[in-house]
Amino acid sequence: MTVITSFERLSEEEKHQRFMERIEAGEKIEADDWMPEEYRLTLIKLISMHGISEIMGALPEKEWVPKAPSLRRKLGIMAKVQDEMGHGQLLLRVAEDLMAPLGKTREEIMQDLFKGDLKFHNVFHMPAPTWGDAGLIGWLVDGAAIITQTNMLDASYGPYARALKRICAEEVFHAQHGESIILALAEGTEEQKEMIQGALNRWWDALLMFFGPDNASTTGTSKQDITIKYRIRTKTNEQLRQDFFTKYVPRILSLGLKLPDETMHYDETQGKWVYRQPDWSQFKEIIRNNGPKSKERLRLRELSYRNNAWVREALSCSSAV
Amino acid sequence: MKITKPEELKQYPEYQEALVELLFQLADDDFILAYRGSEWLGLAPHIEEDVAFSSISQDTMGHAAMYYQLLEEIGMGRADDLAHGREASERRNAILLEEVNGPGHYLQEPRYDWAFTVVRNYFYAQAKKVRIDSLKNCSYEPLAQVAIKINMELYYHLMHWKTWFVQLVNAQGEARERMIQAIEKVMDDFGGVLSLGNKGSKMVEFGLIDSEEVLTERWIQAMKPVFEQANLTMPNAFQMKRGNGRNGEHTSDLESAIATLSEVYRMDPLAAW
Repeated sequence: MTVITSFERLSEEEKHQRFMERIEAGEKIEADDWMPEEYRLTLIKLISMHGISEIMGALPEKEWVPKAPSLRRKLGIMAKVQDEMGHGQLLLRVAEDLMAPLGKTREEIMQDLFKGDLKFHNVFHMPAPTWGDAGLIGWLVDGAAIITQTNMLDASYGPYARALKRICAEEVFHAQHGESIILALAEGTEEQKEMIQGALNRWWDALLMFFGPDNASTTGTSKQDITIKYRIRTKTNEQLRQDFFTKYVPRILSLGLKLPDETMHYDETQGKWVYRQPDWSQFKEIIRNNGPKSKERLRLRELSYRNNAWVREALSCSSAV
Repeated sequence: MKITKPEELKQYPEYQEALVELLFQLADDDFILAYRGSEWLGLAPHIEEDVAFSSISQDTMGHAAMYYQLLEEIGMGRADDLAHGREASERRNAILLEEVNGPGHYLQEPRYDWAFTVVRNYFYAQAKKVRIDSLKNCSYEPLAQVAIKINMELYYHLMHWKTWFVQLVNAQGEARERMIQAIEKVMDDFGGVLSLGNKGSKMVEFGLIDSEEVLTERWIQAMKPVFEQANLTMPNAFQMKRGNGRNGEHTSDLESAIATLSEVYRMDPLAAW
């Protein structure tokens, strides 16, 4: 009781000071703890975007769920996409707790998505025209997600760190599911091999953009400095992209695939991968919902939301009875 | 009579014929309904339901795979070919289960009907429960074993759909209206779910499953209290307005579903995927 009273008496500046001491000592912040406004807003933005990206991310793969070419693949991809929806749910609940003191709910998250105020991840705006894309999404997009999420496993915000632990464990299975599809195609007929090379060519730039710009000068804004300051993440966007290359470039080559960037090589003296920058102006357009599939996928989500309004209404009435 | 292994079937061609027919009914029912469920992915009324429904569809697809596997062991062909490679006229699923989820396509302008989905799935899950309980005593031992496995998951499916059904029929206004219309729509074809087709009497004679009449009566007994509590009239006619899928009669909905679900498979049915 005395502890609480004394904390309440502190000035905002002193509270902030205490807060920073806590996170620098590796302590976890919980939903009901005092936190700076900037921290709360950064987390809400980060986690609701992550959550909604999982949900929008189900849509490109969903295209291939009914079409998966065998019973085993049908079962695998159904389980995988279900997990993604589950991650979305888990993350939205974390975001909802953070939004509650501001009087906001999931309804606002959905409306912000439809209005274009809440962005979803750049990769999920891209087309997935073949079964090869379904495999590549599992293998490399989930592979990239493991790298960025592992970077936040020790995030200072406890509920997010715990959600990520569970998510990462499942993402490992997803990457294996994707890799298994890719391996079968890589060992298959000429058409099957072309299917994965085509998918890799299509997804390469989107995969590079996945990690975000190197710094704010590329695209005008970047939240990475704030998230590093608050110990939500440790590595920069560029470090993560380099980690991705180190892990996946050898695997891509070992399957007999060609990198879609002939300039790419590992520079021993600099100790890093040298590669051709993707078109970052295109990145900005994509996350403004002007990507190749942005409108179509938002339309699917919005239509289903409106189409089922009567169901939500019926549920809210019956729970009130 | 008890048959414990597929090899023993060779001595009883008539028995095998009835068994194969039954297995195709069971496999094709679950396969096509799981496919319809997979089209709902990302479009369910809320995110929690999306997770639950896709889990049920996945289980149901798993059940279909187990039945196709039994057929493969009997020498009817590879399970994947049976699931993906057969024409509509060779399929034995009930017509109700092949019907589209509603207007639109799963990728363009889907205006799927949640009331129809709840009623179709609930009524089907109850019919499946009645069949599975009967199959636990099936004279073909491998099928009885599969029924025991399926029964465990089915318990949750049935509870899930029943919860939705009760909640929506008891809600006032639009929801109840929509549900009553959906019940009428489902009843037009529900006879096809309960039917065992032309070879039904042989299935009963060989101790594979209880008769259509017995199964139907059990379904009615299970559903009656639910209808009464919701103040709904229990349907007394189980129709097959568009024919009997058990005998290979189907609609164009099944043809377009097969075209979609086998699109990649048909690029090269001999390739490993």
